[in-house]
Amino acid sequence: MTSEYILRIVDLHKNFGDREVLHGISFNVKKGETIVFIGPSGTGKSTLLRCINQLTEPDKGHVFIDDDEVTGCGYRISEYRQRIGMVFQNFNLFDHLTAVQNVEIAPIRVRKMKPAEARKKAMEELRRVGMQDWADHYPSELSGGQAQRVSIARSLAMDPEVILFDEPTSALDPELTREVLEVMKDLARSGMTMLVVTHEMGFARSVATEVVFMEGGQIVEQGPPAEIMKNPKHPRTREFIGKIAEH
Amino acid sequence: MDPVIFLTQILIPALWQGLIITLELVLLTAPFGLLLGVGIALGRQYGGRVLSSLCAGYIVFFKGCPLLLLLFMLYFGLPTIGIILPAFTASVIGFILCNAAYNSEYIRGAIKSIKDGQMTAAQALGMTKVQAIETIILPQALRRAIPGLSNEFIYLIKYSSLAYMITVVELSGAGKLVATKYFLYNETFLAVGIVYLALVTLTTFGVDRLEKRLAIPGMVQKSGR
Ligand SMILES: Nc1ncnc2c1ncn2[C@@H]1O[C@H](COP(=O)(O)OP(=O)(O)OP(=O)(O)O)[C@@H](O)[C@H]1O
Ligand SMILES: [Mg+2]
Repeated sequence: MTSEYILRIVDLHKNFGDREVLHGISFNVKKGETIVFIGPSGTGKSTLLRCINQLTEPDKGHVFIDDDEVTGCGYRISEYRQRIGMVFQNFNLFDHLTAVQNVEIAPIRVRKMKPAEARKKAMEELRRVGMQDWADHYPSELSGGQAQRVSIARSLAMDPEVILFDEPTSALDPELTREVLEVMKDLARSGMTMLVVTHEMGFARSVATEVVFMEGGQIVEQGPPAEIMKNPKHPRTREFIGKIAEH
Repeated sequence: MDPVIFLTQILIPALWQGLIITLELVLLTAPFGLLLGVGIALGRQYGGRVLSSLCAGYIVFFKGCPLLLLLFMLYFGLPTIGIILPAFTASVIGFILCNAAYNSEYIRGAIKSIKDGQMTAAQALGMTKVQAIETIILPQALRRAIPGLSNEFIYLIKYSSLAYMITVVELSGAGKLVATKYFLYNETFLAVGIVYLALVTLTTFGVDRLEKRLAIPGMVQKSGR
């Protein structure tokens, strides 16, 4: 049986010490959907993304990708992580590798792809994010926006089924934010399944299939972007939307 | 004695023999000292509680133990429990054990200075911890550790003279033998000193070239000098 969902999150709980950070989160994602997560700081958005690829181990609950259970899979976790890309707020490019080496390293080491083939694929992914001319530059020689585009290419090179973005533009100024969001919009339109933590409501409006408002480790409200933004049902959502709209 | 004859027929041949032994000691020790140092640093940093404590204990022991005492234990002590090592072998083993302890501290320091995000990103791409350490962490850490490791290498050149205390006639020992036989202490030890200085200078040049070749824009080496 294959379900219609590419990703299913069932009742995730996570505590840090006696602090409950995720308080029973459940949702489903269909192939090609772009889900935007918003919510106040410290609400557990990063923790949620990290629990999906088990960089943080949830205390309770399940994550399924294509009906394969990711939670509790033990040492096989690295196989599942190949199918779940991740893009970080501060890029985390590998400092000792050039842009193209950053993109090809995982296909070579993890997928055992031939170096020549991996290089070709890496160049294609760099082209996809408009960074082909910067292939031989080191991370320190790139602007934040360029670095983030390379890190998106690095994720894409593993052909993931889903990509998780944790505030991919919040370290960038508006100009650079725009160039990264353009790449992400293209990705969304090309059918990539994406979970994005961001407060860029313009992005949400143009490509999100759903916006999820989280607070206190719970999903308070979720729905199509237009509805959440114009007509939020929950007063907390309304307040929060009002606050981020001011910027 | 004619100084020219002393120089060409006695001093230079003797120091040459000694130099070869010193180079053998150093060049045999260095690679194994580096390898063991990497192993101990990794065990200390990523090992479970038991392995990590063992590695910590190793470092405390071999940093605390005077090298000369260690050599005496290996050469004079071990035979009493039936393990007989040739003096040269005992020296190399002692040097490796000591060199590795210090190397591991530089390497571990370098590993700890690498941002967590590097490991996180590697694992998020599907690398196992071992793959991430091999391809991401160690290449960065070793680069950062070069200044410290090269200092250790220079110490090694100098403390290799301790091998003479357990009968290995290396460079300083060869000098001592010549000096006492011909009563030419100042001349001989000056010559020995010049050879050590040349070795250290050459090493420094070599390390500088290596550092330049491995340098990566934006990745600063931790200065150890
Ligand atoms: N490794 C950790 N150990 C202890 N507490 C943690 C850890 N990671 C996160 N927390 C705590 O969990 C809570 C949720 O953090 P999280 O980073 O998931 O929030 P967030 O919604 O992403 O916030 P932000 O918008 O600031 O990024 C915070 O209070 C944080 O201090
Ligand atoms: Mg966060």
